[in-house]
Amino acid sequence: MKAITFLTRRRGGDTWHWTDVVTFAWLGFGLIIMFGPAIWLVMSSFKSPAQLAEFPPTILPYVSETVEVPVKGTMKELPLYTVTTEGEAPRELAEVRRVGIIANMVDPADPETVIKVNINDRTPVRRVGLALENYAKPLRDFNFGLYLWNSVFVTGVATIITLITNSMAAFALSKYDFRGRNAVLLLIVATLMIPISVNIVPLYSVVSSLGLLNSLWGVILPTVATPTGVFLLRQYMLTIPDELLEAARMDKASEWQIYWRIILPLTAPALAVLAIFSVVWRWNDFLWPLIVLSRKELFTLQVGLNTFAGELNVQWHFILAMTVATMIPVVLVFVFLQRYITAGIAGTGLK
Amino acid sequence: MISNEKTTIGAVLSAPVRWLAEAIDIPMRWWQGIAGRPGMISFFLIPNLLIFGMFVLVPLFINIVYSVTGGTELFLSDRSYVGGAHFNRLLECENHFNPNSCREDLFWIALWNTIKFVFTQVSVMIVFAVITALILNGKIRARAFWRAVFFFPVLLSPVVVGLIWQWMLQRQGVFNFILFQFDAQAINWLTERTWAFGAAVGVSIWAHVGFYVLILLAGLQAIPRDLYEAAEMDGTPPARAFWRITLPLLWPNLLVVIVLALIRAVQVFDEVYVLTGGGPGTSNLYLTQYIYEVGFASILRNPGLASAASLIMASILVVLTLAQLGLTRWKDKK
Repeated sequence: MKAITFLTRRRGGDTWHWTDVVTFAWLGFGLIIMFGPAIWLVMSSFKSPAQLAEFPPTILPYVSETVEVPVKGTMKELPLYTVTTEGEAPRELAEVRRVGIIANMVDPADPETVIKVNINDRTPVRRVGLALENYAKPLRDFNFGLYLWNSVFVTGVATIITLITNSMAAFALSKYDFRGRNAVLLLIVATLMIPISVNIVPLYSVVSSLGLLNSLWGVILPTVATPTGVFLLRQYMLTIPDELLEAARMDKASEWQIYWRIILPLTAPALAVLAIFSVVWRWNDFLWPLIVLSRKELFTLQVGLNTFAGELNVQWHFILAMTVATMIPVVLVFVFLQRYITAGIAGTGLK
Repeated sequence: MISNEKTTIGAVLSAPVRWLAEAIDIPMRWWQGIAGRPGMISFFLIPNLLIFGMFVLVPLFINIVYSVTGGTELFLSDRSYVGGAHFNRLLECENHFNPNSCREDLFWIALWNTIKFVFTQVSVMIVFAVITALILNGKIRARAFWRAVFFFPVLLSPVVVGLIWQWMLQRQGVFNFILFQFDAQAINWLTERTWAFGAAVGVSIWAHVGFYVLILLAGLQAIPRDLYEAAEMDGTPPARAFWRITLPLLWPNLLVVIVLALIRAVQVFDEVYVLTGGGPGTSNLYLTQYIYEVGFASILRNPGLASAASLIMASILVVLTLAQLGLTRWKDKK
């Protein structure tokens, strides 16, 4: 009883206010619109091609039931149908052969007698089940295993380099006073304004003259010097008291040790935020890898998926399965590290 | 006990890293002995500045050189000076409101499409985000869950977003099934010009709105509760409290968010490109795609023209970014 009053308690009092109705309507609408597509994608990705072509579509994925029947002495796996002919109770029969609109069917209990059935009088027997070959086949036969590895490599290496170079630069820019520091800072702020989409043409020629076209390094390097990362870490490092550094210097710590042993551990929360964002950015990168990589075996998952979706005569069952596979890492990051992400965005406007 | 085990595992795993760091310390001390502290400063700065210079500053400079030189060659020495020819070609129009009268009609189609897209997308999205943030800031249960519901598409890649919606909006997709349920005509969402534009706007809102909800929600939560309590004690109706307290205090945040949304919308490309390929026809051709196609994809590749176009786009972005920086400073002062 107490639980019910607790759950139904509303703003201000016990009664429903019109604002509550609006709130719940909006949230319900939001749930369907925002979450529905992802659920629909996952459900569809487990359906067989035949089922995907069905109209109206079902929500849950089904697989057709089959049964082992001896046909002319050998055991065969045959599809099972429910047959409803006029004046008779529905029966479950297995299809041996189909000629035009007439199917030769047998009762699994009595495989000798062949019954001729009009195909309009029967429906396949199905149960809820997953078409896992949608996932297995692309990973095995269509290079998707390789694309996955390329994406993992690009994401991992780019994130590590981002963390190291950005934290070193942020350390120098926050803990040392030197001539030209403001100039460097200004330069970094200025380039915050230049997104990669503005610079793609000349960046391509730079990467090309460095011989990095069609190399995963050509994807990694241009993205690691993010001014956002330097900025985020610098703001955080400014809050570390300088006395700590002075004390360490008294104890004969080298500058490298100060960076490595004092600054980095204390910057861990900001590093975590940057790491999470860097993983998401690099994993999701599309335009730049699309430009740099033209050899198929170097494609990242995003480029590979886009090409796959464009070139095949739309094999939706594979495309949907690989779309799910592509979003899994990001969903995992989101589920487990949501706190850091929301804090990072709300605090810094990072994206 | 468990935490103890964790630390042991952590210590074992991190040991090689620590040894590496200690090993690096030996040459570092030697270097510090030679170069002193200033030498160490440059050591810390150089990797980042090197990458930064090579992949941000140099391209920026090349971009400008490209825009005033002609030809299809990429090396600067192979290109001849053409002055403002690219800009003239891009901007030459009999009537700027009619792309067909322009020499580079595709650029003007892309520019007008982008303007149309930016205004539709940003206005609808911001209204949606404000309403959602207000509702999430109300007295609701499981706020973190609802925030996550609206936020999660933000993290999905543009390819994933494009494909999810392509699947749902195709001729035999779930949207037409819903229409079918209501005995309505099926719609070619992605192959009819008006619908395809609407789909692009809608999908891009779906993919990005959560980001703005999050920022606006943080802004709303920063408004002191006692203001509302005081208003309630004075018998102020909620609607009035909204106009007199919530909106004025949220306004600085809102302005920053709007400019941020404008900056992002101007660069629209990937999810729409995956969704419709920029079509049907040119109805979803936007500036970034124009630059991409002139620079890379088309047979008549023209890096100079693409650079000139990207400089025009950059100037729009710079104005917007300066506005944003100014607004942020003004907001922080407030």
